[in-house]
Amino acid sequence: MSASRLLAGVAAALAPSLDNHLALFGPLEPHDDLMVAIERAGLAGRGGGAFPTATKLRAVAAAGGLPTVVANAVEGEPASGKDRALLRVAPHLVLDGAVAACQAVGARDAVVAVSHESARERAIVETAIGQRHARDGRIQLRTAAVPGRFVAGEETALVSALSGREAKPTLKPPFPSERGLDGAPTLVANAETLAHIALIARFGPSWFRGAGTDDAPGTALVTLGGAVARPGVYEIELGARLDDVVDRAGGATRPAQAILVGGYFGRWVTPADARELRLTPEVLGAGAIAVLPADVCAMSECARVLTYLADESAGQCGPCVHGLRAIADELSSTGRGVRRRRLEELAGLVNRRGACRHPDGAASFLLSALEVFAEEFGQHAKSGRCGRQDVSVLPLAARPRA
Amino acid sequence: MKALRLNPIACDGRGLCAELIPERITLDEWGFPIVDGTPLPPSLERHADRAVAECPMLALRLESVRPDRVSTRGRRRPK
Repeated sequence: MSASRLLAGVAAALAPSLDNHLALFGPLEPHDDLMVAIERAGLAGRGGGAFPTATKLRAVAAAGGLPTVVANAVEGEPASGKDRALLRVAPHLVLDGAVAACQAVGARDAVVAVSHESARERAIVETAIGQRHARDGRIQLRTAAVPGRFVAGEETALVSALSGREAKPTLKPPFPSERGLDGAPTLVANAETLAHIALIARFGPSWFRGAGTDDAPGTALVTLGGAVARPGVYEIELGARLDDVVDRAGGATRPAQAILVGGYFGRWVTPADARELRLTPEVLGAGAIAVLPADVCAMSECARVLTYLADESAGQCGPCVHGLRAIADELSSTGRGVRRRRLEELAGLVNRRGACRHPDGAASFLLSALEVFAEEFGQHAKSGRCGRQDVSVLPLAARPRA
Repeated sequence: MKALRLNPIACDGRGLCAELIPERITLDEWGFPIVDGTPLPPSLERHADRAVAECPMLALRLESVRPDRVSTRGRRRPK
C-alpha cells in the first residue's frame, strides 16, 4: 500500500536539486499527446475537486487565445500540508508538470502560487527555477504569493488574487478555463496534480495505473493529523483502506472516536466504517485526514471548525455569511444542547447557495458530524455536557488576516 | 426554455424578486432569495422578466436551459 513516487526523493534522502531530480526521474522529454496519456492514466485533480484533469486541459486548449497555467499550492486548508511538503521535497517535479501542461495546452508561461505564509517553499521553488536555465525552452516560470486565507486556494479566488484583485471567488461561469488570469484561458491545477502529470509524461499511463485501483488509479499525498503517532505527509496508493492509511502514521495514539477525511469540506467516518472505506480522490478531497480520540468532545471540535469556516467566508454571499455564523453559534451552545433539527435546517439553507463551494463544504462537514456524533450530541442535549475533554485536536489556522 | 439564475455575490437581499415572482422565489430567514431554477412555464415568463428588470443589484437573470439539464447553480464545468 505504501508507494514512493512523488516522494521518492524523501525515501532516498536527497536534497531537492535539479541534479538529484534528474538522477531520480530522468529528463522530461516533450510529449506527443499528453492529454491522451493523462486521460488514459485516469488522473483526477488532487486539490479537492477530483475533477478529471484531461477534461480540464482540453477545455483550456479549446478556449481559444493564448492560455496560461497556474500551479495551485496555496493550500488554505489548515489540516493539509501536502502541497507545501511536495514543493519542499520535489519542486522540480511540480515545475516539470507545469511545463508539460503548458506544452499540452499551448501556454508559454506558468506561475506557481503559494500563500504569503509559505515563504520558505516559495524560496525553494525560486531556487529550483534558477537551476533550470534554458531547459524549459520558451516557457517562462515564476512564483507568486497570495493571502493565506481558506478561500484563497479556490480557483476563481486565486485567479482574482493573481490578477491584483481581492482573493475572493467569482461567479462561475465563466470558468478560469474560459476566462482566467488577465482574461486568458487559464489552467488552474493543484501542485500535486502537476507532479503526477510530470510522471505520466515520462513513464506513461500504464505505469501510472500500476499503483492504485482501476477506479482510482495512481498514488496520492495525504496529510495525517490529530491523534496519530506520527503526523505528517504520506504518499498512499489510491483505493487503500482508511484504517490502513491511519496505520501508516503509526495509528491512533488513543482509541478513536471518528476520523475526518477530506478536511473541513469532508466528512467524519466511524472507526468501524474506516475498515471498509476505500480512499478515492472524491473521498480524499485535498487529502487531509485527522483522528479524533474518543475522550475529546466532538461538539466543541465541530464548533471550532464551523466558527473557523464562518470566519473564513469571503463575505460575499448572504446565505454563507449568515448561515455559517448561525451554524457556528448553534454548535457553540453546548451548554443548553444544540438543536439537531435546527442544524439540519441550516445545512439545507446554506448548501449550494454560494458562488463557491464554501457553504457546501461546511454543510457536508456538519451533516456527517450530526450523523457520526449523534450519541454525543444527544448527551449534550440531555444534560448539557458529554463528560469528554474540551481540547483542540484538529489543526485550525491562526493565520493573520491579510 | 428559460429559467431564473441568481448571482449570489451581487445579491444583497433586497427581496423585490420574491414579491414579483413568489411562484419561483422565496426568501430565507435572512432575507436572501431561494430560487427555484427549474424551467419557467410560459405563464410565468412575464413575472420572471419583471423580477429580473426590477432587481436593483442586477443579480437576477434569465438563462436558456435544456429541460433535461437543470441545475440550481448555473451550468456545470464545460465538458
